[in-house]
Amino acid sequence: MSAYIASIVSVIGINMILALGLNIITGFCGQVSLGHAAFYGIGAYTAAYLAKLGAPLPLTLLAGTIMAGAIGIVVGLTSLRVRADFLAVTTMGIGFVFLGFVRKQKWLGGELGISGIPASGLHPVAYAALIVAFALGVIALTLWIKRSWMGFTFDAVADDEDAAPTVGISVSIYKLTAFGIGTALAGLAGGLYVYFARIILPDTFDFVQSIAILTMVVIGGTGSVWGVVAATIGLTLLPEVSRAASDYRLLIFGAMLMLVMRFSPGGLAGLVKRRAAS
Amino acid sequence: MLFVELAVKGLVYGCMYAMMAVGLTLVYGLLRILHIAHAGVFALGAYVAVVVANATGSLALGFALALVVSAIVGVGIYRFAYQPLLGHPPFVPMIVSIGLFIVMQEGFRMVFEAYGISFDNNPYYTSTVAIAGINLNYVEIAMVIASIVLLVGFGLFASLTRAGIGWRATVTDPQMATSFGIDPVRVRYINFLFGSGLAGLAGALVGLLNNYVEPTMGGLVSYKALAIIVLGGLGSVRGTLIASLILGVVESYGAIYLADVFDRDAIGFLFLIIVLMVRPQGLLGRK
Repeated sequence: MSAYIASIVSVIGINMILALGLNIITGFCGQVSLGHAAFYGIGAYTAAYLAKLGAPLPLTLLAGTIMAGAIGIVVGLTSLRVRADFLAVTTMGIGFVFLGFVRKQKWLGGELGISGIPASGLHPVAYAALIVAFALGVIALTLWIKRSWMGFTFDAVADDEDAAPTVGISVSIYKLTAFGIGTALAGLAGGLYVYFARIILPDTFDFVQSIAILTMVVIGGTGSVWGVVAATIGLTLLPEVSRAASDYRLLIFGAMLMLVMRFSPGGLAGLVKRRAAS
Repeated sequence: MLFVELAVKGLVYGCMYAMMAVGLTLVYGLLRILHIAHAGVFALGAYVAVVVANATGSLALGFALALVVSAIVGVGIYRFAYQPLLGHPPFVPMIVSIGLFIVMQEGFRMVFEAYGISFDNNPYYTSTVAIAGINLNYVEIAMVIASIVLLVGFGLFASLTRAGIGWRATVTDPQMATSFGIDPVRVRYINFLFGSGLAGLAGALVGLLNNYVEPTMGGLVSYKALAIIVLGGLGSVRGTLIASLILGVVESYGAIYLADVFDRDAIGFLFLIIVLMVRPQGLLGRK
């Protein structure tokens, strides 16, 4: 495997972890989040900061995951207060608050971010394999969640928040769980990204990134694990396939978001299901 | 003196936010859609103004066309993007709107290049006038006057004219309004026509104020406008106006006094999140 392919595989793996994490919050539990990149950033900054202090890789990844998950639960508290459209704008706001904070912190490198991050100690191919292993683990985890008791309660919360308590579901606890798991996964992706890129900039974690992650989830089909996996691979490879696709990456993302939602709100997964049914 | 000056500058920004946010609130009040593509309409207004003004040398013509073109495009967005999706859950049209906004922004980048365009002849950009010891730019004054005239005009329209009363009836209860012979589709057209025209004009004025028009100029303003309509209580026009002015002033002070901790754009959202935790329905929203 060449270094080029290893880097593409790494990016696909990281995007997959991000998209599957958001899929738990938005797809399973029905809470629209427009600020997922902030948690990606929290994980990355935590891992990068500790790595610069000399912490070993397993510790930095763990710290990034826990930090993002913990802040994610705090942000999840807002979902108990505000709903639907309010929540979408609030989570978008969290993204801007995170960026605005990081940009002004000298100890986090301000606008210039953190550079000179120590190497992972693994060969790029071995590191790509590590990322893929994590991504496979996340696929297994989300498949398991979907079929577990917790998955059904998420479904109930997504479907009708007011009816869920009548069958004994504590809506708040499951919402917070969804936020906790989803954002922790974003933190893990952030940690993995740190050793892959070895430099992090605030702008990597901006609103556009949040939308890019949302695009993967929506185009794959919100709530469908395999749909999201397929969309992540497709959308990550797209800019690599042709020069034109890379120049107009955002344009293509935007157009796809619009067209998929306009004609098949269930995404690719919805399309496949409809085919199978007819 | 700095204290007063910051407040005045904040109110000027607040007027600009109000022109953006009122359109969003109108759309939300009527259709329950977070109309993010409004940002694209804002930038479109700025582009039309700068291109027409530079081509013909007439600023007035540029502004008039900005108003007309963005109003028509706004109606087009409703007709072709939102109307077919009205039966779906609200996040479906919202995501379509995000997609549309990205497409518009990238479209501007393709047509006009990523670098901004300036007005060839913009005497108002540099000239200021001192009012009670505070230096104000001509464009800033124009922005305040335009927003007051247009919003008061809209208030009169809504309370005095037949069409305005029909509009209010439809917002309150679409079904009841329909049974009294009001055409809800026409009301939606008026809604988008007015809101988008306002956004286009705001875009043109901001372009003139900074003497710079660029593809991404709509982004931040409209994200803040979204924060404002949530802050004001979604769908409440009065709440939106108050929240716009408050946000302008809060940002103005925050950018000076919190400069070491947060940047200007984060302050508005931080304020929004704090208010929502205390009052989840927004400042003037009903539960």
